[in-house]
Amino acid sequence: MSQFLQLLFSGLTVGATYALAALGFSMIYNASGVINFAQGEFIMLGGMVAAVLTAAGIPLPLAVLAAIVVVALVGLLVEKLAIEPARDADITSIIIITIGVSMIVRGVVEVTLGKGGRALPHFSGETPIAIGGATLLPQSLWVMAVTAVVVAALALFFGRTRVGKGILATAHNRLAAQLVGVDVKKVLLASFGLAAALGAVGGVLIAPIATTSYDAGLMLGLKGFVAATFGGLGSGVGAIAGGLLLGLIETMTAGYLSSSYKDAVPFVLVLVILVVRPRGLFGLGPSERV
Amino acid sequence: MQKVVKTALAALSFTAMAAVPALAADPIKIGSVLSATGPAAFLGDPEAKTLQLYVEKLNAAGGVAGRKLELVTYDDGSDAAKANGFAKRLIEDDKVDVILGGTTTGATMGMVPLVEKAEIPFISLAGAVVIVEPVKKWVFKTPHTDRMAAEKIFADMKKRGMTKLALLSETSGFGQSGRKETIASAAKAGIEIVADETYGPKDTDVTAQLTKIKGIAGAQAILVFGLGQGPAIVTKNIAQLGIKLPHYESHGVASEEYIKLSGAAAEGVRLPAAALIVADTLPANDPQKPVVTGYAKAYSGAFKAEVSTFGGHAYDALMIYVDAVKRAGTTDKAKVRDAIEATKGFVGTGGVVNMSATDHMGLDLSAFRMLEIKGGKWTLAD
Amino acid sequence: MSEASIPTTIGRSSPETTAAALATAPGFRARHLPTIVLAIVLALLPLVLPNAYYYDVVIRILANAVLAIALNLLIGYCGQISLGHAGFFGLGAYGSAILTTHYDWTAPSALLVSAVVVGLLAWLVARVILRLKGHYLAMATLGLGIIVTIVLTNEASLTGGPDGMSVGDMRIFGLRLYGEKVWYPVFAGLVVVAVVLAGNLVESPAGRALRALHGSEVAARVVGIDTASFKTRVFVLSAVVAAIMGSLTAHYLGFITPQVASFHKSVELVTMAVVGGMASIWGSVFGAALLSLLPDLLAHFEGFETVIFGVILVATMIFLPRGIVPSLARLLRREGR
Repeated sequence: MSQFLQLLFSGLTVGATYALAALGFSMIYNASGVINFAQGEFIMLGGMVAAVLTAAGIPLPLAVLAAIVVVALVGLLVEKLAIEPARDADITSIIIITIGVSMIVRGVVEVTLGKGGRALPHFSGETPIAIGGATLLPQSLWVMAVTAVVVAALALFFGRTRVGKGILATAHNRLAAQLVGVDVKKVLLASFGLAAALGAVGGVLIAPIATTSYDAGLMLGLKGFVAATFGGLGSGVGAIAGGLLLGLIETMTAGYLSSSYKDAVPFVLVLVILVVRPRGLFGLGPSERV
Repeated sequence: MQKVVKTALAALSFTAMAAVPALAADPIKIGSVLSATGPAAFLGDPEAKTLQLYVEKLNAAGGVAGRKLELVTYDDGSDAAKANGFAKRLIEDDKVDVILGGTTTGATMGMVPLVEKAEIPFISLAGAVVIVEPVKKWVFKTPHTDRMAAEKIFADMKKRGMTKLALLSETSGFGQSGRKETIASAAKAGIEIVADETYGPKDTDVTAQLTKIKGIAGAQAILVFGLGQGPAIVTKNIAQLGIKLPHYESHGVASEEYIKLSGAAAEGVRLPAAALIVADTLPANDPQKPVVTGYAKAYSGAFKAEVSTFGGHAYDALMIYVDAVKRAGTTDKAKVRDAIEATKGFVGTGGVVNMSATDHMGLDLSAFRMLEIKGGKWTLAD
Repeated sequence: MSEASIPTTIGRSSPETTAAALATAPGFRARHLPTIVLAIVLALLPLVLPNAYYYDVVIRILANAVLAIALNLLIGYCGQISLGHAGFFGLGAYGSAILTTHYDWTAPSALLVSAVVVGLLAWLVARVILRLKGHYLAMATLGLGIIVTIVLTNEASLTGGPDGMSVGDMRIFGLRLYGEKVWYPVFAGLVVVAVVLAGNLVESPAGRALRALHGSEVAARVVGIDTASFKTRVFVLSAVVAAIMGSLTAHYLGFITPQVASFHKSVELVTMAVVGGMASIWGSVFGAALLSLLPDLLAHFEGFETVIFGVILVATMIFLPRGIVPSLARLLRREGR
């Protein structure tokens, strides 16, 4: 029982970070129909910037805030310089562009911040909390709590604010949104900034547990993509559910079946889901989105 | 950019040198293929820096056998297929006298058929036993093998009265080769492997595997076989789960980075490593003392970075070659190869090297020191 | 997600491209002239290649060109992206390696069986996942490629694990293929064959219609083409080509690691096809040449390699969205007017 509880805790922690990554994918997908293969690099960048700043003596909260702002700016820059000029290109070209952007981000970090791994201090100590024979790091609570707050904030944002509603409208029908006066360009820009900030939040939260390095983004990005597909691209609820589910499946596989094949299981499942339910678990329709 | 400038400067200074008639002889061309970027960059990067640094140093001291050294380095991006291509470039186009490198075992094995066919001395910087076993005529290596690491750990376990080991290996080439050798040599050493789990090099959490290991009755120690950040995450997870078993790591984490990333969780971890990592604390009469302190000082002085054993492997490879050229009095490939094979009593950062026709690595278990992390520092355990 | 919000800009330029395709429907000689030039260049190339290293560079380009041409049929003409094609390449490579090394099969039979198995697998996969659109297809193929990599990495007793395995020389009818100079004519011949076959396929009624409509399925279906079966066949074809090239490359290199099937390699293949020019056979050849040469050209910019690679990708897609060759060809045509 304590083993199951331990696996549950681990799965939820890992899953929460996947969920944040998946939310970033879904947000950009909603606003633009683009799958942003650079989303993983936003996660990496958040962790790296915060780690470098704290190592330079800047207090942790300030470093975290600065990292999120910096990455959000990078997100805006990416949209302005790489995505907007290619608005009319087809899906394949845009996938290639975002892959190119991810290489540029990774390469620049590699050259400027180095190839070594970096760790960020835990937000509130490393003393594990014991629950029912299992242990949980305070940082895991941070990860889950912040994810929950972010989800709630996003729900408010999309439900109550003009920009949020604009993004939803654009996602639903670009032309119609334009006709009723939504500035589609601004919506796109905002979605990239937001998604990048989301990525940075995820990166900063997981860095104390997982450490970070210039090449940490690729795998996190892929897992986020899997999670988003799991839940249904574009669905906020789906992204959260997909992320948590993915995390749980991974740890349960590693704990009970085979640790060698734990990384293959999500990909096999995503194939099965795509075949059985091509729009993912929660990709029902526009009304289902956050 | 700095590197480009440096290369340009080196080229300039070389041209200037060449103008002096006394040094008109062709330079000795040292080729190398390293993983300066990609997943194995933390190994390849210090290796590349070390070669660059010491070729400059040797040239400043007048070169080798009256000839300057010229270094040609390619970055394979941690891809074995690219390493194969660059090896061809070194052999066919650059016409180098020796090839150093192959940061990973995969890259090395991708180059082996080429160097064997081209009959050119090749000193690998990768770990696995397969590189020198069976012996290949032109292939040598400087790092300790994973089998030696396993044997050293087994010996230490026995000394502490333990026989049951839980193994957690990385799915990287290094980790899997280590896993194979650990399992293969366990029975002979009287060690029983009671758990055999793996984790991915990019995993962010390994508690699932560790929870499984924690549930296994009778495990007396944990051995983590991996490189880079993965072992640091494992180490933190072990602390989180409150697992009190003695914890061994492989020589793959013998760098300052491991301690930095794992923090307090690394306390008490033991691992076999070369003397280089404890250069300062070696007794003054240790034969390796002058070599390792000299290298550590030069490296950290030049690059403002902590020294790692990986860069040391490159130092050893370069110096073994230079030593062989001096003894052979020529760069003739066959004669240099014979001279490398006849290397005896060479003191490097990895240990004292005694090669032979049946041993193309030349290190024994004494080259490994059992280290323990105490107070955030590497200390000698024995 | 509603159908309308998926930006199917794939079909955006249909009137224009239709006109262009019809206007340039070339005569026999015009169509085959570039192929003949290519054959002559490849035949003469050995006269100027100074040593085995340059042969090796050219062989890598040729191998990639065949892969890119086959993949481009899928991406450019069918509008289907595959982010897992290296998986098929890896299956071919390891199929040959394992069957010849562990089971003492002859190289040609190992190659054939690997290709057939990959073909069957691709057919099965195509039946199921080609129903998917855009990003879902990207995800499915990506997943497939990663699963292959994981299996190759984990089944160490057969594959040698992450450190890879060596592959023996290829023998065909008592002839031993070894060394760059022997392999060169093999790969050169394959490129010419690939260019001719791909050209024929593109000029076939189904291919022409698809090209004219630039992958817009609905439009193609309206003019009475069974797009589904065409797409499946092209998918299987490109997978089989990848497997065969995998087998040959494995024998040529003499050593393979699971990296041959990696996501990175899949991206590289897609990039060759797209940067060179979508729906352009010559674009694929050019893209293969460019991307195969990059690592060697950038060998002295260690560290900046990734950045430069990324900049090239982004810049090409923004400034030459049709890919380098078609964009330049269009520019030239406009100049000529």
